[in-house]
Amino acid sequence: MNQNNLYTVSIYTENNIGLLNRISAIFQRRHINIESINSSVSEIENVTKWTMVVLLAEDQMKKIIGQIEKQVEVIKAYYHTEDETIYQESCIFKMKSDLLFDERQIQNIIKESNARIVTVNRDFFVIEKSGRKEEIELLYRELNVFGIMQFTRSGRIAVTKDEMKISTMLEAFQA
Amino acid sequence: METKTIKETDTTSQQTVRISGSEAIIKCLLAEGVDILYGYPGGAIMPVYDELYKYQDKIHHVLTRHEQGATHSAQGYARISGKVGVAIATSGPGATNLITGIADAQIDSTPMVCITGQVASHLLGSDAFQETDIVGISTPVTKWNHQITKASQIPEVMAKAFYIARSGRPGPVLIDITKDAQFEEFDFKYEKCKGVRSYIPIPKLDRTSVEAAAKLINAAKKPMIVWGQGVALGQAEMQFKAVVEKAGIPSAWTILGAGAIPTSHPLNIGMVGMHGNYAPNVLTNDCDVLIAIGMRFDDRVTGNLATYAKQAKVIHFEIDPAEIDKNVKTDVAVLGDAKESLAALLPLLIEKTYPEWHQKFKDLYAIEYEKVIKHDLHPTKEGLTMAEVLKEINNQTKGDAAIVTDVGQHQMIACRYANFNKTRSNITSGGLGTMGFGLPAAIGAKMAAPEREVISISGDGGYQMTIQELGTIFQQKAGVKIVVLNNEFLGMVRQWQQLFFDKRYASTEMTNPDFVAIAKGYFIEAEKVTKREDLKDAVAKMINTDGPYFLEVCVEKEGNVFPMIPTGASVSDIRLE
Repeated sequence: MNQNNLYTVSIYTENNIGLLNRISAIFQRRHINIESINSSVSEIENVTKWTMVVLLAEDQMKKIIGQIEKQVEVIKAYYHTEDETIYQESCIFKMKSDLLFDERQIQNIIKESNARIVTVNRDFFVIEKSGRKEEIELLYRELNVFGIMQFTRSGRIAVTKDEMKISTMLEAFQA
Repeated sequence: METKTIKETDTTSQQTVRISGSEAIIKCLLAEGVDILYGYPGGAIMPVYDELYKYQDKIHHVLTRHEQGATHSAQGYARISGKVGVAIATSGPGATNLITGIADAQIDSTPMVCITGQVASHLLGSDAFQETDIVGISTPVTKWNHQITKASQIPEVMAKAFYIARSGRPGPVLIDITKDAQFEEFDFKYEKCKGVRSYIPIPKLDRTSVEAAAKLINAAKKPMIVWGQGVALGQAEMQFKAVVEKAGIPSAWTILGAGAIPTSHPLNIGMVGMHGNYAPNVLTNDCDVLIAIGMRFDDRVTGNLATYAKQAKVIHFEIDPAEIDKNVKTDVAVLGDAKESLAALLPLLIEKTYPEWHQKFKDLYAIEYEKVIKHDLHPTKEGLTMAEVLKEINNQTKGDAAIVTDVGQHQMIACRYANFNKTRSNITSGGLGTMGFGLPAAIGAKMAAPEREVISISGDGGYQMTIQELGTIFQQKAGVKIVVLNNEFLGMVRQWQQLFFDKRYASTEMTNPDFVAIAKGYFIEAEKVTKREDLKDAVAKMINTDGPYFLEVCVEKEGNVFPMIPTGASVSDIRLE
């Protein structure tokens, strides 16, 4: 119960200014670092979905979910283990164009990792890769040998294997 | 405003009128039934003050001497009346000065709406004069907050502010309004808010949980109730009393629960917590079913959680789902409004008495009386005790007064010894422990309930944190009775230094001014008592004086509050000396 696990937190909210502050403050006051965070539209019109990854113990996770849900503009909050979600992250590498010709194995690395080249010009080329964190970390290690000009990785996005009954909940509100 | 709110059309204000944002704010306040607000003017809120001037026959603005005082006054108003307290201030320092009161209202679930002026919207983020990000600053200590930059947003946001502040588990809401929105004209129409789609103020009562609770209670051999402010907040005093009496269960209260059933009620077994009564603390670790009602298992109540009521089945009646299992694991959680939950519980309960179990409380009370209470109330040595002042106030007010306390030794003594005949009579800063709360809170309490005797009891430390509110009392002619129990120390910290820091009294001794002269400087009648034989007459004079009165009582310098659960100790290891 008290060992730390990686949890994916999904929060459905109104799309209002300041809500990020309100939600992150709940983690901050318990001295918990947010590993990644993403905000986007959801499957429901005008409802925002936050996807956060945090490392903590389950009893603490439960209490935090309660405190998030209690915020007026939060519609519903869930937490899930790694097994309960399908998740992806995305990343972008910028590298020198010369490498494409001088270091032939780069093309194999790109192919084998299911990455793709987004653009190539005289000076640099850009690789994009979506996948799990470990896959992205592996690609990073492989490419880092040749020198990376710029690298960025996105926050996790995730859907759950089980249904989230958020739409029916909102319909009930509106009735 | 993108939040979806469910509106209830107020038929009295159906037609639209073209008015300024600042006039709209006043009209919103009037529509929400606000008759008094507490505040302090300044640059960014001046248009609203201009309207307050025009509407002064309908709404009474109380100029406090500091914005913190405005929040505490609004809190006192809310706590005694159950209505939403309103505080108003300007941007920048005016707004930041509200924060302590807002944090206090948040942790003590007090309904309050704070309105702050803000620099004009085109200046936001530019470090303009008296600009501060008050929405950002207040976020962690508000139930909800919002910034208005267009006048047209005012009616909906204000309606939502009052709805959120008072519904469900109440709390503070802050609305920040830019100066241009205050000047802007628009077509005003007010609709009361009756719901917000993302917000469930009261969870739906689950009958099966009530049945499970009743089953546990009916089978109990040594049940004990601990109730908190939720009973009063839910206006469930009648239902609560009926439950307690039918089930015959010894019932203890948290500091904010005081008075929901009278102190003198035979089933009222006193206060739990760090300086609570001996019996309910010790027997928390002996009961077989612990029934928590509208309380949140604060660490000052539970002591060491690892040894708190481990032998007992725990039932938690609570409106806020986030409180369930937060500190103490429950066996049965009954989510919902206290009034509804207790009304549902009552018919399921069997009438019972527990003579042997009650005797245990009586036996432990006898020990507490011998070791502590006797010496507090009937001291034989020289030097007045705080408790005998409370005893005198009890005698002369018949326990009908509202006692407004500050924070520290006097607060614990007042809660232990004051008789609370009526609900909403113990107005104190519980969760935040805000020194300086008492005096301004008493102003709000007296103005909300002018028919009641309101007695502010402070220590010499906390009193001086908001002493300037004597000016407000004088200007408003608020009939607050002010008692300062002066031991020339920050007494509670000194007590800890004595017990846990080998009497190293670091910065706790106070060299005090002539408090009587200060009160008289504000034209408030005042007296100082140093001898036991003068106390009775002095309290009588205070009670019999119309209008405000100040009484300083010099008490023993190094008196301690017992019983006491040292930090980290178990409730059953409560010390009597």
